[in-house]
Amino acid sequence: MNLHSDSAVAAMIGAVVLSATAGDIVISSALKKIGDLGQIRRARGWGGTLCAIAGSGRLFCGVGFMAASFFALLFALSHAEVSLVAPAAGSLTFVANAIAAKWILRENVDGRRWLAALLVCCGVALLRA
Amino acid sequence: MTSEPILNSTPIPYRAPRPEPARGAAGLSAGKYAILGVVTLTGAFGDTLLSIGMKRFGPVPLARPELMIRALYSPWVAGGVLLLLAFFASYLSALSWADLTYVLPATSFGYAVIALLSKLWLHERISPGRWMGIALIVAGVGFVARGPALTATSEPPPTGALQGAEEG
Repeated sequence: MNLHSDSAVAAMIGAVVLSATAGDIVISSALKKIGDLGQIRRARGWGGTLCAIAGSGRLFCGVGFMAASFFALLFALSHAEVSLVAPAAGSLTFVANAIAAKWILRENVDGRRWLAALLVCCGVALLRA
Repeated sequence: MTSEPILNSTPIPYRAPRPEPARGAAGLSAGKYAILGVVTLTGAFGDTLLSIGMKRFGPVPLARPELMIRALYSPWVAGGVLLLLAFFASYLSALSWADLTYVLPATSFGYAVIALLSKLWLHERISPGRWMGIALIVAGVGFVARGPALTATSEPPPTGALQGAEEG
């Protein structure tokens, strides 16, 4: 398989976006289940906060997705130009996160948030191009 | 055995309710806005320090991964890693009380900070397109920061948060 073909590069960027989005969604879901870390720290101290975090398998699963995203990005950067991979992955991750947060986390993604995600997405693409 | 009438029980001293901390448009306290600021700044400065450190260290071939460990002894790289650890801790804290679709755009100002750092510190050139990108990101941050930070649900908050609210 030619790893420099357009379809291969698109697949690599897709892998980065999917794993980064999965990481953000799973971590966010885990933390909503744990509760406000500031309140837990005030009630149980730093040790209790660390125990609450360490006891969440879902959180570690999310960190695993983030690590997979990091290595997928390194792999993509070793086969494609950074000026293509970085803006595409960065900006598409914003949109993918907004869609996944609406459908999976059931967040209230109103017009204001869609507009913010699209503005930041375009801004990141311009900044990294 | 009879129960004591409520009126004869030990009087509970009156405690004035704690004043509510000042909250912004998103319903967040100043401390929570500060955490969002820490996410933004530690991410931007951490990435910049890592970039400077790795450029000074030189390229690391895939065949020699042990060089990555040696790179950690560089003060720039070590500082960058410490800042990114602080970034991750504050990011986790922010996600525990705000929506993902609020935290990500609200902290994306870090991209603009990185661009400004690269111009002021590393003396890199910022093209008009990049200035436009910074303007769009700032506009996006402004939009989302004025909305609510957390989706209201009918479910009770998690046990940990409840205990903290009662005692904290």
